[in-house]
Parts: sequence; structure tokens; C-alpha cells
Amino acid sequence: MALLSIRNLSVTFETATGPLKAVDSIDLAVDPGDIVAIVGESGSGKSVAMLAVMGLLPNTATVSADEMSFAGRDLATLSDQTRRQVIGKDIAMIFQEPVASLNPCFTVGFQIGEALKTHLGLGRADRRSRSIELLHEVGIPEPEKRLSAFPHQLSGGMSQRVMIAMAISCQPQLLIADEPSTALDVTIQAQILDLLVRLQRDTGMALVLITHDMGVVAETAQRVVVQYAGQQVERQLVGGLFERPHHPYTAALLDALPDRASGDRLPAIPGVVPGQSDRPGGCLFNPRCKFADETCRKVTPPRQPAELGEALCHYPLDHREAAA
Amino acid sequence: MTAIVAAVDLARHYDVSRGPFRQPAMVQALAGASFAVEAGTTLAVVGESGCGKSTLARLITMIEPPSGGRLTINGHSVAGEAAGLPGKAGLKALRKTVQIVFQDPYGSLNPRQKVGTILEEPLVINTEMTKAERRAKAFDMLDRVGLRPEHYGRYPHMFSGGQRQRIAVARALMLDPKILVLDEPVSALDVSIQAQVLNLLADLQDEFGLTYIFISHDLSVVRFVADEVMVMYLGRPVEMAPVEAIFANPRHPYTRALLAATPVADPSRKRAKIKLEGELPSPFDPPPGCAFHPRCLYASDICRAERPQLASVEGADVACHGIAEGWIKD
Repeated sequence: MALLSIRNLSVTFETATGPLKAVDSIDLAVDPGDIVAIVGESGSGKSVAMLAVMGLLPNTATVSADEMSFAGRDLATLSDQTRRQVIGKDIAMIFQEPVASLNPCFTVGFQIGEALKTHLGLGRADRRSRSIELLHEVGIPEPEKRLSAFPHQLSGGMSQRVMIAMAISCQPQLLIADEPSTALDVTIQAQILDLLVRLQRDTGMALVLITHDMGVVAETAQRVVVQYAGQQVERQLVGGLFERPHHPYTAALLDALPDRASGDRLPAIPGVVPGQSDRPGGCLFNPRCKFADETCRKVTPPRQPAELGEALCHYPLDHREAAA
Repeated sequence: MTAIVAAVDLARHYDVSRGPFRQPAMVQALAGASFAVEAGTTLAVVGESGCGKSTLARLITMIEPPSGGRLTINGHSVAGEAAGLPGKAGLKALRKTVQIVFQDPYGSLNPRQKVGTILEEPLVINTEMTKAERRAKAFDMLDRVGLRPEHYGRYPHMFSGGQRQRIAVARALMLDPKILVLDEPVSALDVSIQAQVLNLLADLQDEFGLTYIFISHDLSVVRFVADEVMVMYLGRPVEMAPVEAIFANPRHPYTRALLAATPVADPSRKRAKIKLEGELPSPFDPPPGCAFHPRCLYASDICRAERPQLASVEGADVACHGIAEGWIKD
């Protein structure tokens, strides 16, 4: 049985200009030990979907799902009190801006200890020794001294390590990392990603990595979900996705990367991601797709079988045909 | 070919107040950068945060004067020898030849001005053009950067990030500059939009013969746009070479580590072997000798004692004792 199982999850926000469908019937199954990457551009709903799992969305959001369960418990019907016992303990999350996610008024030691006290009920001395152990584990030098440091005294990379220490403090079964390395320099990014993968391997937890960086996906993930405008347009293993993308959006996105380009111009995707007011009919990608025809503009595309990357497309790119 | 921007030992330091009872500290944001850019080419400046690349942008655009060294732009000396420095009027004229595009298109456009006003403001300040001429020029520029005439009367919030960056580029080009400083122009944009803006920049460079100083931390973008690459670490250039040489044959240990750390969209690629430990040292208290030695795999005694100078090694300029003396092999 999957650790995290989501079927047909949709999130709609009430806004002043009408309802906005940020997440559109996504499915996700994460097994223990999985590294799943959710990749997409801004506005593709990748963070919102995971915030819905955590129950962290504001009350302007309406969440609906056929199934949203974690380790056999239905997350949708949990009472707030029971939910708080799961969130932060069995499911932990790391956010993009480490400096903004830490409370500037409290020391690092206090903030790590808070979770240990709430979820595990550890006493003061136990909390301290466990905090030191955690800071050591995430590679912070002189952890004893760092316990009394305030967040502003730490660099971005160090703050992110502290965030990771807080997230793994209760040995979660599932860690959701929302753009964990985006705000960091490349050499620090490499350190943080290595750290996450090492922790994942050591503890056997599942890791959901939300990112927009195809390079990060290629180097860390096992399975990849590509999101576009709130929908999952393709689901594949990482090797297959980069070699044989089946959805035209995935293919175009990969072509637009400067490090895969040849020639002096990039094959850019024309147009922009559709917003609230200009959502097209049929396939959401059709205005930007070079293969789109009348069917794509009118009819909602079907989900293709697994050998076609579960692409949400009328005409998925089939490389077997192309090769023949 | 002559260099349109030339810098010799360019430096800039800032005094930072540390409270009423302490001496202000000095941060050497940029220390001894020397380079020359040919007209019509692109120099990419690469480095992590705090390496001085944005300070360099502020000096080249003459937003701030350098605190040391010489800087020549378009044949005019901007700083250095006391004689021959342009006066206030001369500096104003020179500033028209250098324009800048900032990283964040959400922060760099005034939300209370319409696009037309934003584009015409440089003309109002710097030229004697009539209202009709300014308007015509703004429409022309909107067309050049791939926006439509009806965008003239809209406010920045009505545009997407990529379109805003197009507006910022259009504004920078209004005074027909020769040099464009691009300070992380695409790092706030999504991949599909990033490609559009990079293509636009390439088109404009061909069309107007512009010289770009392209500041970025993203090596995959740099590889695509640059002719020459300057890698900086803690305020000093550590390696300067043509773009092919940097990527095919990086020499300085920092350049190698930077390349190894950059994620590449290819799952079959072997993971980086070189891993940098630690973080950038504080610019208040840079390490003695080579600034990179605390993180360097090869560091020896001379690295800790003496600062290496840029030296020419087979077509590249590298500041490293190990490379100069030949004890760092490929």
C-alpha cells in the first residue's frame, strides 16, 4: 500500500475575480523510499497541491479529493487536532525561503526543540542533546554553539540546514521539499541536495521534491510528475522523461533549456501559461503547442497509458513510431 | 577591434556601520578586477552571491564611482587619472551609452506609471525630443522587443514576468546605448519564458551591435550567451577565458567546482565528483592568501600565505598558484 495516496485532488481558490482552479484533478502515489519530483513552471499548482496535503491552505481554498490518505489514514476527514499530530511529525515540509521560514525572534535551538517537545514530549536535556545530534547530522559545524544562534546570524545555506534539521527531527515517513535549493548558490545547492538524498537513503523516508529546475530533477529524482496549469501532463521515470518525453509540453520544456540547446537561438515555447481569465478550452496547452489541431482546442484530452508516460494529450509523442 | 569597456584593477569598498560605539568595518566588495570587452561581444560575469558581480554592474553603469583603479568606457576615462576625467556634463553624456536591466522585473518597473511613461522617461530627462517624437520612438521600441502597440497605455501589473522583462529591456534601449549591463536578467523567469527573453537579447545584439555585460550565476545560461567568461570569487576574478575554454577546460579549482555543482538536465550524467565544503567566507574578514584556499581541494602553504595574481595559461587568465606552477593537473 502506498504511503501517500492521492486520487483526483482539486483545489479551487475563491478570489475577487471568481473561482481559480489552481490544482486540477491530480493523482499521486508515493511509496516508502521513493523520491518523486513534481516539476512545473510558476502557477502550475505544484506547491498548492502539497500544501493541500499538509492542510496548510487558507480557508479561501476549497479542497476536494476522491482519496487523500497517508499511511492508511484519510487526511481529508481528520480533525484539526489529530491532523496536527500527523503534520510535522510523520509528514514534514521544507520551504523555499529558509530565511523567511525561520522565526527571527527565537534561537535555532528553541525552534528545533519546539517540535521535539510537541510531538515527542522530550524533556529539556533530551531536547538539547537531540538538537545537537540533528544539527550535526545536517552538517552544521559546532552545533553546540549554533543552538543559541538567531536565524539572522546564519547564512542562507545554514538556515536551510536548520530547516532540514527541524523537518527530520521527528523522523518523518514523508518529507516534502518545496524548492529547497532555489534561493541558494549553486555550490550550496549541491550540498543541500546531497544532504537530502543522503538523509532519504539513511532513513528510508519518502521524499517529494517540488522544483522548477530540470537539472535538479535529473540529478535527484527517481520518478517525475510534470505539471502544467494545475494538471499533471506527464508522469514517468526520470530516465524515460529526459530521453523520451511523451507530452509536447515536456518535450518543449526540455528543448528550451540552454544546456541542451544547439545553434544560436533557443527553441522557446511561444506565449505564456494561461491565467484565470484566459483558460483555453480542450487541452490547456493547445495555444502554445505546435501539434495542436481542432480536437485539441475542443475536447479535453484523455490520459494515455503508462508506456506513453501517462501523458494528458490527444496525440502523445510516440518515439517508437518515429523510429520506425 | 578596440575594447569598449576596459577596467584596470577596478576596486570598490564600502564602509559598514556596526553600531555607535564601534569603528565602521570596511567591506572590499570588488578588489582588483581587470578586464576588457570588445564592442559587440558579451562578457559574462559568473559567481556566487557576495562575489562582487553586482558591484561591478554599479561601477560600469556609473551609478557609483570606483574607489580605486581605472575604468574606460567607450574611449572615455571614467575613473583613474585625475586629468581627463569627464565633468558632470561629460559623465551625464557617457551614462547614456551604458544602460542596465535588473534582475527582478517586478521590482524594477514603477507600478504607478504606464508603460509609455516608463519608456519615455529616459528621453524626457536626456533628450530634447518632442512629445510626438518620444511617443513614436516608444512605439517603435515596443515593436522591437515583441510587445504590441496597445501595451503602451497599460500598467506593469497587467503583464507577466517575461513581458515585464521585455519592457525593462525596451526602457534600457530607449537612449540607443552601446553597452547593456544585464544583471541576472532571466533568473526570475520560468524556463519557457527565459528562452524567449534570451532569444530577444540575442536578436537585439545582432540588430544594434550591442555590447553585453551579462551577470549571472547560472552557468547553463552563460554557456549559451557569452563570448568571454569572467569567474569571480570574493571580489576578485579567478579565471577569465573564452566561453568554449571555460566549459571544455576549466582550470581554476573554483571554476571546476562551480561547473561540477551545476545541475545538468541529463539523468545519465555522472554526479559531480568535486564537492565544495563550507561556504563563502565573510567579505569583512577575507582569508589571507588565496581567498578560495579554505574550500580548495588542492590548497598548499603558498595558497595560505600569498595571493595569486591572474596569469596567462594557454589562452586563459587564471589566478591560482597551483595552475601557474603546474602542480594542479587536469
